[in-house]
Amino acid sequence: MRGTFLQPPKFLIPGLSLIACVIFWHLASTYKLDLGLVSFVYVPSPYAVAVAAGELVTSSKLLPHLTSSLSRVFAGYGAAALLGIGIGLFIGRWKLMESVLLPPLEVLRPIPAVAWIPLAILIFPSSELSMIFITFTGALFPILLNTIHGVEAVDKRLVASARSLGAKPWAILREIILPGAAPSIITGLTIGMGTSWFCLVTAEMISGQWGIGYYTWESYLIQRYPDIVVGMLLIGILGMGSSFLIKVAGRFLIPWYHLRRNV
Amino acid sequence: MNAAASTSSAVSASNLSIHLGHGADRFEAVQNVQFNIRSGEFICILGPSGCGKSTLLGALAGHLQPSGGQLLVDGKPVGGPGPDRGMVFQQHTLFPWRNVIDNVAFGLKMRGVNRSQRLQQAHEILQLVGLQGFERRWPSQLSGGMQQRVEIARVLINHPSLLLMDEPFGALDAQCRMEMQQLLLEIWGRIRTTVVFVTHDIDEAIFLADRILVMSPRPGRIIEDLRVDFARPRDAEVVTTPEFMHLKRHCLELLRHEQGRALPRLSPLGIPTAEPQAII
Repeated sequence: MRGTFLQPPKFLIPGLSLIACVIFWHLASTYKLDLGLVSFVYVPSPYAVAVAAGELVTSSKLLPHLTSSLSRVFAGYGAAALLGIGIGLFIGRWKLMESVLLPPLEVLRPIPAVAWIPLAILIFPSSELSMIFITFTGALFPILLNTIHGVEAVDKRLVASARSLGAKPWAILREIILPGAAPSIITGLTIGMGTSWFCLVTAEMISGQWGIGYYTWESYLIQRYPDIVVGMLLIGILGMGSSFLIKVAGRFLIPWYHLRRNV
Repeated sequence: MNAAASTSSAVSASNLSIHLGHGADRFEAVQNVQFNIRSGEFICILGPSGCGKSTLLGALAGHLQPSGGQLLVDGKPVGGPGPDRGMVFQQHTLFPWRNVIDNVAFGLKMRGVNRSQRLQQAHEILQLVGLQGFERRWPSQLSGGMQQRVEIARVLINHPSLLLMDEPFGALDAQCRMEMQQLLLEIWGRIRTTVVFVTHDIDEAIFLADRILVMSPRPGRIIEDLRVDFARPRDAEVVTTPEFMHLKRHCLELLRHEQGRALPRLSPLGIPTAEPQAII
């Protein structure tokens, strides 16, 4: 028999896990742990990072760094969401579109964001647009592929039923295909949010003076190691936070789906 | 209730054949079938699993194309699917993202009826199938019998002149099936549309139908056209009468005589395919 009072509170174990990681980090960096393959000799300690973070927060630079990065990520992500869902619906619905569009997209898919940099600079008139394009490439494919998968997985009987109830092709797309694919699209949007942040540092290597990715890259160039970790943690937290927001919004948009899974 | 304004269709099939599958897997599911259905008749198509009776229904709905012969509804060849030929599937096809009343009102939305009128008519139809009070539920919150009631209501709101039913009560338990059969007859008594009801359950066919078309195993052919003359309205008592037993024995004989190997079930949409696998 298991008493419910023996179960730890919900956040206890995740919280302890995070604290354990920080303690390990502290010990490894303070005692310059060297395992041969990995070495903590040059890794800044949590305390140094906290000091650096404090400096960034109290400086006037944090806000422009944040707003530049957020607007780039959201512009790139927004464009990826529109295009990914739009093209995904067409590819999933029409076999011809699949043969026309999917092969070139499959070739572009494995190209990492960093490899896009030179071409992005050449293609786009401003460095701002090139940076938005890089975050766009990060978000596009998870959204596109999950949309295609969602559309293809829609129950054919529901489509047949809708046709028998008088739905024309456009109504079928709007009333059956889109809501039917919605759970998968939202999965794609959540993953795409994360991958869009992945590409931020790469994007902001291009140029500029503002942005968390730029801050991280610049800190490496001028050897301010604690600042690198501050930048990394900021990107991690912002990426996690925005993915979480997408997830919550998704839950709100498809209440029927979560209900069905719990039944 | 303006459902009474429904017209009902006459159906005729001559030398009708339907092939399913592609290439080497292509086979004849329905072979050289002839029949006539008068306007307002309640027809049951009775046959073993996989005999092509659902295929025939799919062709009437317009989801499948005949490969030979003619299939006419009110003198015109069946084109694509349409709201005048309502279709009820064995497993409900309610839209999981719409609650009960919006599912029922879907056909009206497709016709451009405004929302308040849609809801009002959907309320009336839900009353007809005995589901008032469940308007705001999601389909997944209903029992199997209630889901089929919603499915029927959703089709009836379009006033179909031909009601096509593919073993609609096949997945329900015996008690519930009996209730739904009586409900269907009660509704049909009021709206008098033409019904084509596919089943492999002999009792169900005799209890419901004016006429039973008995089909052979694949390739499906019609091997008997039986009249059922029990007075209407019918109640559950009728199944214990000697005449009912006599008809039942006759049907059993026909089906036993034609018994072959068991075939996989076909659907009105053709050959059932496996659900696509998830990819990440």
